[in-house]
Amino acid sequence: MRLTCPLCGPRDRREFYYYGAAEYLNRPAPDAAPEAWDDHLHNRDNPAGLVQDLWYHEQGCCSWLKVTRNTVTHEIVTVEPVAGGAA
Amino acid sequence: MRYSGFRVITQGLFGNAGWKPAWRDPAPKAEYDAVIIGGGGHGLATAYYLAKNHGLTNIAVLEKGYLGSGNIGRNTTIVRANYFLPGNSEFYSHSLKLWEGLEADLNYNVMHSQRGLINLFHSDGQRDAFARRGNAMLNQGDDAVLLDREGVRELLPYLDYENTRFPIYGGLLHPRGGTARHDAVAWGYARAADQRGVDLIQNCEVTGIDIVDGRVTGVQTTRGAIRAKKVGMVAAGRSGQVAAMAGLRLPIESHVLQAFVTEGLKPVIDHVISFGMGHFYISQSDKGGLVFGGDLDFYASYAARGNLPMVEHVMEAGMTLMPMIGRARVLRSWGGIMDMTPDGSPIIDKTPIEGLFLDAGWNYGGFKAVPASGYSMAHLMATGESHPVAAKFGLNRFATGHLLDEEGTGSQHNLH
Amino acid sequence: MRIDGKGRIDRTRPVTFRFDGRAYAGYKGDTLASALIANDVRVVGRSFKYHRPRGILTAGSEEPNALVEIVGPANQTPNTRATVQELFEGLAARSQNRWPSLRYDALEINDLAALFLSAGFYYKTFMWPRRFWEGLYEPLIRRAAGLGSLSGRHDEGVYEKAWAHCDLLVIGAGPAGLMAALVAGRAGADVILADESSEPGGRLLSDDGEIDGAHATDWVARVLAELASLPNVRLMTRTTVTGAYDDGTYGALERVGLHRSPRPNLPRECFWRIVAKRTVLAAGALERSVAFEDNDRPGVMLASALPSYLNRYGVVPARRVALFANNDSARSTARSLMAAGVEVVAIIDSREDAPDEPGIALHKGAQVIRARGRMGLREIMVRAGGREFRVEAECLGVSGGWNPSVHLTCHLNGRPRWSDALAAFVPVEGAVPGMLVAGAANGSFSTHGCLAAGAEAARASLAALGVAAGAVELPQAEDAPYQIAPLWAVPGKGRAWLDLANDVTVKDVALAAQEGFRSVEHMKRYTTQGMAPDQGKNSNVAALAVLADATGRGIAETGITTFRPPYAPVSIAAMGAGGRGMGFAPQRILTSDQASRDRGAPMVEAGLWYRPGYFPKPGETTWREACDREVMMVRCSVGVTDVSTLGKIEIQGPDAGRFLDFVYTNTFSTLPVGKVRYGLMLREDGHVLDDGTCARLGDQHWLMTTTTAAAGLVMRHLDFVHQAFCADWQVRFASVTESWAQFAVAGPLARDLVTSALGHAPDLPFMGCAPVVVQGVAARLFRISFSGEEGYELAVPTRYGEALFRDLTARAETMGGGLYGMEALNVLRIEKGFITHAEIHGRTTAFDIGMEKMVSGKKDCIGKVAATRAGLVGPEREQMVGLMPLTGSVLTAGAHLFAQGADLVRENATGYVTSVGYSPTLHSHLALGFLKNGRARHGETVRLVDRLRGVDVLCTVTDPVFHDPKGEKLRA
Repeated sequence: MRLTCPLCGPRDRREFYYYGAAEYLNRPAPDAAPEAWDDHLHNRDNPAGLVQDLWYHEQGCCSWLKVTRNTVTHEIVTVEPVAGGAA
Repeated sequence: MRYSGFRVITQGLFGNAGWKPAWRDPAPKAEYDAVIIGGGGHGLATAYYLAKNHGLTNIAVLEKGYLGSGNIGRNTTIVRANYFLPGNSEFYSHSLKLWEGLEADLNYNVMHSQRGLINLFHSDGQRDAFARRGNAMLNQGDDAVLLDREGVRELLPYLDYENTRFPIYGGLLHPRGGTARHDAVAWGYARAADQRGVDLIQNCEVTGIDIVDGRVTGVQTTRGAIRAKKVGMVAAGRSGQVAAMAGLRLPIESHVLQAFVTEGLKPVIDHVISFGMGHFYISQSDKGGLVFGGDLDFYASYAARGNLPMVEHVMEAGMTLMPMIGRARVLRSWGGIMDMTPDGSPIIDKTPIEGLFLDAGWNYGGFKAVPASGYSMAHLMATGESHPVAAKFGLNRFATGHLLDEEGTGSQHNLH
Repeated sequence: MRIDGKGRIDRTRPVTFRFDGRAYAGYKGDTLASALIANDVRVVGRSFKYHRPRGILTAGSEEPNALVEIVGPANQTPNTRATVQELFEGLAARSQNRWPSLRYDALEINDLAALFLSAGFYYKTFMWPRRFWEGLYEPLIRRAAGLGSLSGRHDEGVYEKAWAHCDLLVIGAGPAGLMAALVAGRAGADVILADESSEPGGRLLSDDGEIDGAHATDWVARVLAELASLPNVRLMTRTTVTGAYDDGTYGALERVGLHRSPRPNLPRECFWRIVAKRTVLAAGALERSVAFEDNDRPGVMLASALPSYLNRYGVVPARRVALFANNDSARSTARSLMAAGVEVVAIIDSREDAPDEPGIALHKGAQVIRARGRMGLREIMVRAGGREFRVEAECLGVSGGWNPSVHLTCHLNGRPRWSDALAAFVPVEGAVPGMLVAGAANGSFSTHGCLAAGAEAARASLAALGVAAGAVELPQAEDAPYQIAPLWAVPGKGRAWLDLANDVTVKDVALAAQEGFRSVEHMKRYTTQGMAPDQGKNSNVAALAVLADATGRGIAETGITTFRPPYAPVSIAAMGAGGRGMGFAPQRILTSDQASRDRGAPMVEAGLWYRPGYFPKPGETTWREACDREVMMVRCSVGVTDVSTLGKIEIQGPDAGRFLDFVYTNTFSTLPVGKVRYGLMLREDGHVLDDGTCARLGDQHWLMTTTTAAAGLVMRHLDFVHQAFCADWQVRFASVTESWAQFAVAGPLARDLVTSALGHAPDLPFMGCAPVVVQGVAARLFRISFSGEEGYELAVPTRYGEALFRDLTARAETMGGGLYGMEALNVLRIEKGFITHAEIHGRTTAFDIGMEKMVSGKKDCIGKVAATRAGLVGPEREQMVGLMPLTGSVLTAGAHLFAQGADLVRENATGYVTSVGYSPTLHSHLALGFLKNGRARHGETVRLVDRLRGVDVLCTVTDPVFHDPKGEKLRA
């Protein structure tokens, strides 16, 4: 498995750390309802198909990346930095 | 038809022509008292205990493929009860007791082999953590022995004790831990459930769950609609998709876990060995293959196959722990789809929809849980109440923070 | 026997080898199998279940029978295919799965009991009495099962792993692969051509075909010469591509040293990770057998193996050969054999309309119904037109047709498609992204078809790569159509073998169907069909055809089991190369490492680091003596220890303070420059992630320390929080753990020691920090303490670490102090109730460790909301406490806590112990632990029980801070 890091180019999977669903980017407000926090931390669509999830180029540029990926075929559709141009 | 050595001989004398099908192949009826979605180990066990313990026999197991086509036939066959958190301890302890009577109960040889399981540790801190675990096992009424380095060497002389990155300090021996023949567990439960009247329906994929006014009324399948007031979702690996048919979103992500088997070898590893520093565990099957595995590949996946980084890591762990296996050749690798929950523990609970029950989230430890899972899920479906040994496997525990994080890595996804 | 004038072996280089202790002669270029055939050795192994004598079936890695142990000077290698193992001088092999000898095998008795050993019999018996399973049945089964054996000794062999990258990977160097490599190579693409065999050419080396009017091997030689001249083409022989993985990654195993006499440092194997932009799979096809009674007798072989042995090695297994086929391919075998002087006594062709073959006894519409000759074929029984007759032959070549080698196309879950025309499964397009399948692997069986498909696949691959392909003229070659009439099993009463390696017969498959195991996966798992070392390469298709027949379904409907990696078995050592010993994980070494070792300190693993346990003095006989002395030294004078393993992260920018407020539970933005604060960090799930200090070095400049274990984790966490939630904040950070060496100086004389080292008094308040110069080197000084004594930590750039360590040590010793190690450090912090990851083990909250007040109410922080969940607070939680034994007993970490008088059962366990140590300060063993509602229970007596180690001690519950609870010493 290989990801194309927007900064570093195509690299083997072993350079990356995997975190999970891109839902982690949508941190609720501190005063949001407990259900919102429960959803954010725990509940997942978990589709068999296209997902967006978070990877970290730990052995590279240390960018956090949002990857659009197919969980059935492992096809990688897009890789973009979480922080946009700021990364 | 009862199985026995005598029957094997008499049937053999008559050319084995008299063996009957292990289970019927019924067409689905229009209505059952309860249906179970998923004909894997957990689903079949649930059906069996519903029939045996609760007298519910007008029930069906709906399996989209063949019986036992999921993780029951893809695991590394380890059976153990070495947990330490209350909630897990009593559940797996109960499961092990069921395992110990399983052959007699099912009249099927699942080859449950209590050959002893050893968790190795490599520092004083790890020893203390395993001591806490071992004491919890003893307090639960199970067995545990703390071995020092020489104690481990006596049992496992072939490990590398000299040239090691993480020297072996000792191990926690779980004498009643061991293995079982995975497929046979599915078949044994299937046959026994069938004999009690359960309809096992293969090639029958559930395509919808019918809900009226917050109550489940049945399911839609590729073989027609089936009415039922109770529906159990027991489809670990696909729990998310099944629950989505009922409009539920689960605290589960699906991951791939790979496992490996070598060509057949004469007996060389007599125990189950777990090497935590390398996320590596190994045993030898009765056929002679070394069966071993490692950690998740670490990315959400339904592909039931993995990639080389974890393959190589597992092999490297094997080589650092027991270099004697170097010349064994890996014959086959495969992957299973793991229902990973945030805290690494399972869910056996009601859902917000009346009559709809959930048995899911087995992470990478579902095989040993099969008997107790079926037992508890059957209890829940029959009585509407959680069985005491599974009382802490609630669906809402993440919302309330009553977590069962055995590894201590967190109660967020992908930390396990 | 050897045939003069045939083969590609080097007859000028004789080689001697041993099989089962007996010496034989062969030639350089032989495989063990060909050399055994040359020496008329017919029985080479025993089958798995019935222990039937077995001979060589094939000439390739798919061999199910001829598995042997290769016995080296240091170790043995089981399950080696004699058909792949090349001969070298001194090679020693022995047969396996037999006792006492290959000729007389006691377990052959299983064959007589076969009626009772039918498919799955073991699921129906061995259940009573229960304890007999582990004690009797299972050991007997285990001993009877298995094939070869491991020695149990460490594998000291050398193995390697390597990476390769290319534009085009061509798998298989037969006609299709050679043509593909030629087209792509001429076009200038980076090409890797990998072939399993020792010599490229594939079937062209075996069959007597022509290309461009000359023998095909001439063409092979020309192509290889041209490929060798192209710098962009890399030919990898003895290299089996074993697995297809995502995004063009392939695993491949190269046999580097297995074909030669062992030499030190010569790798046995190399496992390659090949990353290819495009791939052409030209892996050819494998011939399959036909099941009939006793078709497993030694001498029954695949028809295509006979010309391989003849033309590659100059050997034939017998003078009289019969052939049994359902397709045309045995015809060329017959012609090749006859040309070499071998008598082809009959061709039994199952097709009524089979083409004529002048000069050979051809039986059309005939079937071999039985083979005879237990230790070697003597004769076959043939049924033709209602008549049965014997044919005497010592070898029978069988061709049941060809299976394209679709294996790699299935590794990413591709399902091959059944072709009625070929009576075989063929790959589906696009099964592996970037891969095209060419030649016999795609069902094109003629030489012309292979050449054309190879060229076309290369052109298509080049087009996808954007490389222009030059004109390559297709050579002339035969283009005969493939004609086959499917025949899987000859009807009959006896046992007819499908899976030779696992002893699965047609009856077993039928029995599985009879018992309801009708899915192909059920049949496989119930009978073990296809689960042997050849993974069903020789038998899967026939077995599922038999199943289809038994269940009244078609083959396409029945389906096929999945091929999974590896294509051919790969040694654990090769895929695990580099993992042995210290290679398994990096070693992180302190700058003080040598100085500590010089003083006899045992170095213990702390994460990836090595840290000194204690520093023994002459006369001390136990670690405890040293530890007690070091603790008292710190309490009474001064101690020095290396704390460089703690993670260090520099944080800079105008928003740094704000950022720290967000990741720590407590507030940092208000901390003055020159001050240090202890901070607690939570995971978003509300549990403690890590703790440590953070110093404000300048207005926009901070230095965070983490625990040793969590350094990487915290860095990743900071990167995430920043990039995900506040990327616009002006803050940047970098890990500087390796850039600084840092030493703790602790004790009543710590200030004197620091004064001595700096040349002036440090003038720092408790929790202060300042830049200093130590002996001309810019350094950082922190007044912090993990011991409870007045303490400083002095940090210098790493390159000065060792010198400063030795200097501080010398100064401390002149003051009556010295070094202390991890053991003393641990006791010191337990005495003070300071936590480590023994306490913050991932399940603890700020509430549990009494730090909930450190969670600021005035601001948001990571983990704050989740930490308020009902389950994470309240009296049901186990809270951190100190434990002191009523008598002077030893305590153990991992013990559980019980109320006095309570039964020792899980339901009554009310806590557990995380850390223990003997405090020479307080003259008592001490423990830290967690106790339900513990903070409200100070003063109570609890029972500490460690059943594993026989410890049962009454303890007083105390505050976790045993020593100097007011912190007067710290602030002195």
